[in-house]
Amino acid sequence: MTSPLDRPLLAAEHVSRRFGELIAVDDVSLDVRPGEIVGLLGANGAGKTTLIRMLLGLLRASEGIASMFGTTPSRETRRRLGYVSQGLGLYRDLTVAENVAFHSAAFGADPTAVRLSDELAVMGDRLVGSIGLGRQRQLAFACALGNRPDLLVLDEPTSGVDPLARARLWDAIREHVGRGAGVLVTTHYMEEAQQCDRLVLMAAGRVAAAGTVDQIVAGRRVVQVTAAAWSDAFAVLSDAGYDMTLAGRRIRVLTTDQEPVQRLLSAGHVSAELRVVPAVLDEAMVAVSAV
Amino acid sequence: MISGTSGVSVEFDRETVLRDVDFTVPAGSVVAVVGGDGAGKSTLLRCLVGRILPSAGEVRHPDRRLIGYMSTRSGTWRQLTVGENIDFVGGAFSMSRSDLDRRRTDLLERAKLTDAVDRLAGDLSGGMRQKLGFVLAMLHDPELLVLDEPSTGVDPVSRVELWRLIAEAAAAGTAVAMATSYLDEAERAHNVTVLDGGRVIAAGTRDEVMVSFPGCITAPDRAMEPAASWRRGSRLREWNGEETSIAATGARPLRLDELDFEDVVIASLLHDRSSASDDQESISP
Repeated sequence: MTSPLDRPLLAAEHVSRRFGELIAVDDVSLDVRPGEIVGLLGANGAGKTTLIRMLLGLLRASEGIASMFGTTPSRETRRRLGYVSQGLGLYRDLTVAENVAFHSAAFGADPTAVRLSDELAVMGDRLVGSIGLGRQRQLAFACALGNRPDLLVLDEPTSGVDPLARARLWDAIREHVGRGAGVLVTTHYMEEAQQCDRLVLMAAGRVAAAGTVDQIVAGRRVVQVTAAAWSDAFAVLSDAGYDMTLAGRRIRVLTTDQEPVQRLLSAGHVSAELRVVPAVLDEAMVAVSAV
Repeated sequence: MISGTSGVSVEFDRETVLRDVDFTVPAGSVVAVVGGDGAGKSTLLRCLVGRILPSAGEVRHPDRRLIGYMSTRSGTWRQLTVGENIDFVGGAFSMSRSDLDRRRTDLLERAKLTDAVDRLAGDLSGGMRQKLGFVLAMLHDPELLVLDEPSTGVDPVSRVELWRLIAEAAAAGTAVAMATSYLDEAERAHNVTVLDGGRVIAAGTRDEVMVSFPGCITAPDRAMEPAASWRRGSRLREWNGEETSIAATGARPLRLDELDFEDVVIASLLHDRSSASDDQESISP
């Protein structure tokens, strides 16, 4: 028998969703358990949004079962959910205090349970539209955490904030997780993905990879090119159609085969040092998405 | 002439949004400006292209016709098709028909937008629209290309394509300046300038920034000073202003190869903010 602590807060079991001919989500299984942060990654069109809408009960699955707190998602289960969208879901024409009151009322929660930072607390009378985006993000978090949700769903939770403010937001998320909540984070950014306990990568409606960052990146390689004339090397490889990223003056070519890269560079009279090096997460993700 | 700013300050409504900023964008390189909302990234880039006049300092940039600028909202016209967007911008720069046709074919192909030429810009995905914004900014073959958060909201696959376009422009000799709020992106550039509260708190190549932060970083089991600690996944990091201060705790300073760019920038921010508050204390009566 599983203890309540192990029971998933959010679960998709072999869930699919078709829109006419299009299969947006194809046999996806995923769960979020108490005390963990799960990251959901994927390119645009990979099916993340459709999956989340099913998990939240906003869209019915064509096949499979989506559940929240072990039951069918409904208004009642969503009451135990904290959600911070990329748009933050605040009313810009209301003051900070009014937003807190409105959010609490909507969730039937006690507005005094919303803990504002000192910086925000003194801004109670300010219109949300007039405070900085970083502060707005803190406010959206404070509101979402106010009713002590058992489950948090966060969409690119720390975009646009400075690295220190980002660290503080992750502290708040971790503190909440420490009390037994579970978190699902969707993001395009590797800095956010690295804060998750495990990741699910979607591509073309399916789960393309899952596990910790180390597990997903393990064994994946790219070819690193170091050339005095980086721009010549880049031009040669770019003309050949390689996907590449920069790393300062080095070039990282998204391939594991260094032979053809070396041949192209030699033919272009570019002297360069080549090394096969471990891929980083976003490179692994491009490789997974391309399949 | 190398584009850039020297000692530039900008004030809006008596509030200083940029303070004494030095910033250079050499030809043939990508320079990243990184910071949170309100750090001054957009203001610096808008100064650089001459859209804002500084209250102090000097700005160097080529003639307006040799500047390409992409704003945070990608600068595309959603009600026009991809092709019409290009014609419109080509007309604004008085490009000849033959130049325009040549650049259009080349850039659309590089951006993998050739098949989308008849689609409305408003119907494109976020990543495709940002690539169109890039094509428009590059259309007249500028000497200086300035991109304000080109990758915001762009998925990782499209981001690799966008980065390839940016690097291609630099490889062909263009001076590229770009803003981002993500450090993992900024560290790909040749040079990085980290802004906080309108001031430069770190600048140089990634490797230069990595070795230049003050104090040391440890990995304690429990935070001694919560305000100076942060999490990397399940692990904890803590910044110590002076190496001597950790001698008593027995903690070991992490080596450079155990740290990443984000750790180092957070340490620089902590240092900068602690010295700023020290200054305030010392001038208060």
